[in-house]
Amino acid sequence: MEDLNSISLNSQNEKNIGSDQLDQRNLDWYIDKAVSMIVFIAGISAIIFIVGIFLFIAKEGLSFIIKDMDFTEFFTSPYWEPSDEDAPEYGILALILGTASVTGLAMLIAIPFSLGTAIYISEFATGRTKEFLKILVELLAAIPSVVWGFIGLTIMNPIIIKLFNVPVGLNILNAGVILGLMAAPIMTSIAEDTLKAVPDHYREAAEALGATKWQMIYKVVLPAAKNGLLGAVLLGVGRGFGETMAVLMATGHSINIPTSIFDSVRALTATIAAELGETAQGSEHYGALFTIGIFLFLITFIINLSADLIIRGVRKK
Amino acid sequence: MVNENGIKLKVRNLEISYGDTVALSGVNLDIHEHEIFGIIGPANSGKTSLLKAINRMDQFTKGMHYSGDIHFSGRDVRHLKNIYALRSRIGVVFPLPVGLPMSIYDNVALSPRLRGIKNKKELDEIVERCLTRAALLDEVKDRLHTLGSLLSGGQQQRLTIARALSQEPELLILDEFSIAVDPVTTMRIEDILKDLKKDMTIILVTNLVQQARRLAKRVAFFLNGECVEIGNTEDLFTGKTMDQRTTDYIQGKFG
Repeated sequence: MEDLNSISLNSQNEKNIGSDQLDQRNLDWYIDKAVSMIVFIAGISAIIFIVGIFLFIAKEGLSFIIKDMDFTEFFTSPYWEPSDEDAPEYGILALILGTASVTGLAMLIAIPFSLGTAIYISEFATGRTKEFLKILVELLAAIPSVVWGFIGLTIMNPIIIKLFNVPVGLNILNAGVILGLMAAPIMTSIAEDTLKAVPDHYREAAEALGATKWQMIYKVVLPAAKNGLLGAVLLGVGRGFGETMAVLMATGHSINIPTSIFDSVRALTATIAAELGETAQGSEHYGALFTIGIFLFLITFIINLSADLIIRGVRKK
Repeated sequence: MVNENGIKLKVRNLEISYGDTVALSGVNLDIHEHEIFGIIGPANSGKTSLLKAINRMDQFTKGMHYSGDIHFSGRDVRHLKNIYALRSRIGVVFPLPVGLPMSIYDNVALSPRLRGIKNKKELDEIVERCLTRAALLDEVKDRLHTLGSLLSGGQQQRLTIARALSQEPELLILDEFSIAVDPVTTMRIEDILKDLKKDMTIILVTNLVQQARRLAKRVAFFLNGECVEIGNTEDLFTGKTMDQRTTDYIQGKFG
């Protein structure tokens, strides 16, 4: 202590080595500054890109929204007839219903499967089984969507035709099953993370009370994890709304107001993917497709944001 | 139920190991009904392992294995068909308070609900009685439906005790309950325990030797996985010990 005092108080004491070092920025200091700059730029650029993408989509769609779009027609008309030369009609109701019905069915399938798998992995499986299953689930999540679409087209299609005796097997059922299987692994993965985050002393306390394993899971673990589980489900919904390729291949891609799960439908995303290449840049049709893009962007943004807020809510507690 | 002369818990030749490491060996204990039995000893002496073996929590601890006999109310705990029923008769209070992430009311009502009690009035009565006995009711009666995990540490520990009491246990085990609790709350809980003795048997594991002296009639001293000595509290604390290590520990020469 006394040495330190003499350093700072007696500035004339030139012999002290320490006094100079205190005012010298060494290499470590510059590396630290440089790294924090790089990380900052990397972080901020992600945000800039997303905002940029949104602005681009908005700009392309804006002229259509302002000039040609009829809001009521756009959201309530079931007729999507952009190539009608006399009176093209841009109604996305059938497309919205197509996307919603496929996503809805997919969630009916994916939620029980993914929650069940997550509970099994987190609460029942031990040791090697557990590790193996976790790796398997992550592997499933990495299957490209075009492969899922291919499965829908070549495997599910004949099965559905045979099983239900319907003329076409590319329909809501097919796409819903495919999308459900696609969304389940990522939902499982997140749900399992949430269950893992429930502290073990909750489980011990419940068991000490004489709760059976299922009572412990049902009364203590699931309620403690409910926000995270809801977040997992919402991310699955977001995935369903945004998925394009598999849905394009498995739905049958025909415009329909669905009345049964054996109807072929067309999804919002698939419409953009299939038609954008054939439209003239800047045309009315082109603008209409971008308007769908804006609509999708907003929906997935809202779903992801609420999922995020809900998951955040868990962490705060 | 067979009660061999009022012995609630009988432990014979107990040896507990984790993998190849022996955590506790050669334990022989008789714990009488309606007594507070103290277990003292420094960390790592095998106290918590004993508790886990008693209510069969060993099932959930990886690699834990035990041999020897533990008889609870005359029944061998290793050959019970329903270990959940055994656990529901043994209340456990852990070192750190565990307010489950549900309301104060639901925390206390959980165990009765697990037993199948659904009647709202009956549950209300149980919750009120248990919170009163745990000296917590006055502090929380206006907010029974707020989260139990938001209470202070001392309150949560009393909530944990209330929850253990809601099991209507025959045996109450407290594992170093005062670690995260302030001295005033500790004294309040000690008073509660003195009162509870008339309804149940209590095992008090503590590393505060004076706490054992205040509460327990008999005390066991554990050291490095060995049960060094069991004796009347007054004898041990007045130097009438069989083993010098017991005196040294009680007098604070180590540990």
